[in-house]
Amino acid sequence: MYPEMMVKPMRDELTRLGVEELRSVPDVDAALGEPSGTALVFVNSVCGCAAGMARPALAKALQHGTKPAKLYTVFAGQDLDATARARSYFGEYQPSSPSVALLKDGEVVAFVHRHQIEGRHPDAIAAALTQAFDTYCA
Amino acid sequence: MSGHVFHPGHDELHGVTVVITGTSGRTYVGRWHERGPRGVTMRDAAIYDPASNRLPLDAWLAKQRKFGVAATEKHLVVPTEEAGEVALFDPA
Repeated sequence: MYPEMMVKPMRDELTRLGVEELRSVPDVDAALGEPSGTALVFVNSVCGCAAGMARPALAKALQHGTKPAKLYTVFAGQDLDATARARSYFGEYQPSSPSVALLKDGEVVAFVHRHQIEGRHPDAIAAALTQAFDTYCA
Repeated sequence: MSGHVFHPGHDELHGVTVVITGTSGRTYVGRWHERGPRGVTMRDAAIYDPASNRLPLDAWLAKQRKFGVAATEKHLVVPTEEAGEVALFDPA
């Protein structure tokens, strides 16, 4: 686990976008336990090269006209219990970080894995996200 | 493969999800860590073994791409003599 002072800017990069951080199991269950509508869950990571692309990509995607009703994040490797609990809502999608899950009425309808983030420009990642927003959140 | 280094200070594939075709017929998917004297070290790797897997390789790879790498090995060394062709798992 990394010192909090090191990861705080990575948390802030999302929360300043209006993304609600879920740091405990009760937080996660309160957010995802009674599903209705659309919710995005961003699994944050300290990996500078992947998460360093994914966070700006989310920022860009959230400028899109159509977006999920609720926006959440958990921090893999930092908030372990909350992250594990969030992943329990992802069905058969395997854990990776960073990654992004889009849920509709409690079901994962789109998922951007770490392997779909590595080496890609934030614009390309944002395009994948906005395409999912248009498909499932309109 | 050359050009952009995903994780500066490491080799160019460090941290990148790759597919390694094994000379034994097995296939390995996971994050490349490093190539050393013993072989290629991978993190969070899944192994396809044609002798025991019910799915054809293409279908197995497609499932890994859709649902993510179903890692069974947190840390795996693919021996040098086993590590054949290396490819990006999901080329941009």
